[in-house]
Amino acid sequence: MRTPLYENHVRLGAKMVDFAGWDMPVQFSTIIAEHNAVRTAGGLVDVSHMGRLRFEGPGAAEFLSSTLTRRVCDMSLGQVRYSLVTNKQGFVLDDVLLGYYLNDFGQPYYMLVVNAGNHDKIVKWIKAHLTEEIAMAPGKEVIFNDMSSVWAMIAVQGPNSLELLQPLVDVDLKSMRYYRGSQCRFLHPCAQRQGGIVSRTGYTGEDGFEITLGAGIASKFWDVLVEMGKPLGVIPTGLGCRDTLRLEAGMPLYGHELSESINPIEAGLGSACYLDGYDFPGRDALKKIAQEPLTRTRVGLEILGKRPAREGCKLFVNDEEVGYVTSGSPSPTLGKNIAMGYVKTEFAEPDTALTVDIRGNKAEAKVVPLPFYKRAKK
Amino acid sequence: MSNFLFTPTHEWASVSKDSDGTTIVTMGLTDYALELLTDLVFIDLPTVGDAVTAGEQCGEIESVKAVSGINSPATGEVVEVNEELANSLDPMTSDPFGAGWICKIKVSDEASLSALLDEATYRATCHEEH
Repeated sequence: MRTPLYENHVRLGAKMVDFAGWDMPVQFSTIIAEHNAVRTAGGLVDVSHMGRLRFEGPGAAEFLSSTLTRRVCDMSLGQVRYSLVTNKQGFVLDDVLLGYYLNDFGQPYYMLVVNAGNHDKIVKWIKAHLTEEIAMAPGKEVIFNDMSSVWAMIAVQGPNSLELLQPLVDVDLKSMRYYRGSQCRFLHPCAQRQGGIVSRTGYTGEDGFEITLGAGIASKFWDVLVEMGKPLGVIPTGLGCRDTLRLEAGMPLYGHELSESINPIEAGLGSACYLDGYDFPGRDALKKIAQEPLTRTRVGLEILGKRPAREGCKLFVNDEEVGYVTSGSPSPTLGKNIAMGYVKTEFAEPDTALTVDIRGNKAEAKVVPLPFYKRAKK
Repeated sequence: MSNFLFTPTHEWASVSKDSDGTTIVTMGLTDYALELLTDLVFIDLPTVGDAVTAGEQCGEIESVKAVSGINSPATGEVVEVNEELANSLDPMTSDPFGAGWICKIKVSDEASLSALLDEATYRATCHEEH
């Protein structure tokens, strides 16, 4: 599959790879150069491969509250929340962002952004739970639409992202707080007077925004961002640096730190689960899990030595296997090899010394607090 | 580049004879391979004395994103290794066919070289891949 920006990427000479069935740019120049650009100036990322699901109607909030681990009914307009979707056993089906906005007609709606690799699964899950009885309940109707191919999404990340984006939208970005968003109009002729969404969200550990816009104008708008970004040092970046950036920021990635065999509590995401409100699939299981002692915990790891640890590498303490690595990479910002993984909870304390088996080679490692990198607050 | 031969897996081999007439292959990774890899972070070099087999892994090269095997272009024994690369991988990208050499192999089976490609054929396979 191709996003509306596919031709733009090819034109810019991107190295394209398959990601969850999508032809996506892994890098335009080098991962390290793009990584550093996002930390020091800014980067543009095509995130249109992610799923965008829209919920409207008087019953939307209640339906979402009974589907997601976070409460939705108390969200105010312009709010964005990180949430999980869990199955009955309390395992993670996806991690998602939910935003609450107004459309062009002043009607409120929710937009749920799901991982590209989980799109089909979550749509199926929603359809299974949004029975006709629930969707058509008088006075509590819910209208669900999969907008993934109708809308595109571009992340503008890094310290210069506000300066780049502000002239292009009609909302004051400076006063927009983190995890807030708004419907907006795009102030460029190429946007053909269309509106969209701008939110102060991202997956890099930097200040930044994500914009949602019509698929038909996305390609031209991307070109405008690329041109206007040049004097600000904001460059097109690929999924390669998106991965190293989020790893430094200690953010979990579905398929690595999260999966259908991991529960939110051991992933350190207990705060994204409201266990005392609405009943959602997995709530009772999670209540039980939350009361029991944790058997394993997600941790940050620093690998001592030149060889980076990778997903699947096993972790040992005195020859006892105590866990495994879920993501690992050299950290361009910190200049050392970092990783995330799961260890038996008794070994999860920072500074715990471990051994990691990197394809037959043993290396010393230690548990370090997450995140690895935190941007300096202005 | 007339005396350079290539593997389909992007190693180069430069064949020469030493003083007593045994065939020595110097090997490295091609410019195309390094262009594909980018962001090199680590190399697992072969060790002097290693017995290597043509087409089989003799080391590893690692970039930010991924680990790739380095395959031996010849069957024989590793007699010299470019230890400089353990300190810096820069020579591989700046001079892949010269200072970026990986190791020298004393060839024990001359027939193992027959599968190597000439440059035109190799470049054509790169073109197809792309």
